[in-house]
Amino acid sequence: MAALERPAARPRPVYLNLLAIRLPLPAFVSILHRVSGALLFLIGIPLLLWAVQGALVSADAWAQMRVMVAHPFGKLVLIVLAWAYLHHFLAGIRHLLMDLHIGVNLQAGRQSAAVVLVISLLLTLGVVIRLW
Amino acid sequence: MVTGTHVPVGAHYGWRDWLSQRITAVVMAVYTTLIFGMLLWYGGLDYAVWLAAFRYEPFRIATFIFMIALLWHAWVGVRNIAMDYIKPVAVRLALQCVVIITLVGYAGWTINVLWGRGA
Repeated sequence: MAALERPAARPRPVYLNLLAIRLPLPAFVSILHRVSGALLFLIGIPLLLWAVQGALVSADAWAQMRVMVAHPFGKLVLIVLAWAYLHHFLAGIRHLLMDLHIGVNLQAGRQSAAVVLVISLLLTLGVVIRLW
Repeated sequence: MVTGTHVPVGAHYGWRDWLSQRITAVVMAVYTTLIFGMLLWYGGLDYAVWLAAFRYEPFRIATFIFMIALLWHAWVGVRNIAMDYIKPVAVRLALQCVVIITLVGYAGWTINVLWGRGA
């Protein structure tokens, strides 16, 4: 009978030091999807509504918005949000394709993660160039 | 991928959130592509084009649909984050209430921007 007894469940190691965990590329893109989403929710939505409302008041208000966007801090905020939107957009398209069973093996998953990361950064660079 | 065992109109087990997250994503992707195409078409944005767009009813309605998709999408995403990182039920419930109230407020703000006195 003794041979049939199960060993007591061993405590599983929990290792969640975010600064020391080695994230594979798809995991890195995944956490950035979450970070960018949180940024868009916390800053993006209220700022979008505020800016659109402001810029619709009058031609003067529109011009004032442009001055704000021309300010270095305005540019910085816009660039961060542009990256967040682009990354979230592309990572989302990647998820939708995977839902359709496209590119679900490990190699394709790694490649598409790299594509999302690189293309969103390149497009953000385009925004940077356009703003400066 | 959810198949077979779950009926969309039956019990949900997270299936409805999964699906709405994707449908709202597609709605936003279509609108984003539309806006990007318009910007390319007009070669940028000046006040006249900006104002004309927001005085055009179909554009307002499309923008409203985008915003509702965005707010709904944000709800599912924020709730997922809350479920992963905030373990005390009372804290999570309180935070989710704040998020829902905020998102509904944003929906009201959207209506005001699109059809209120400002536009």
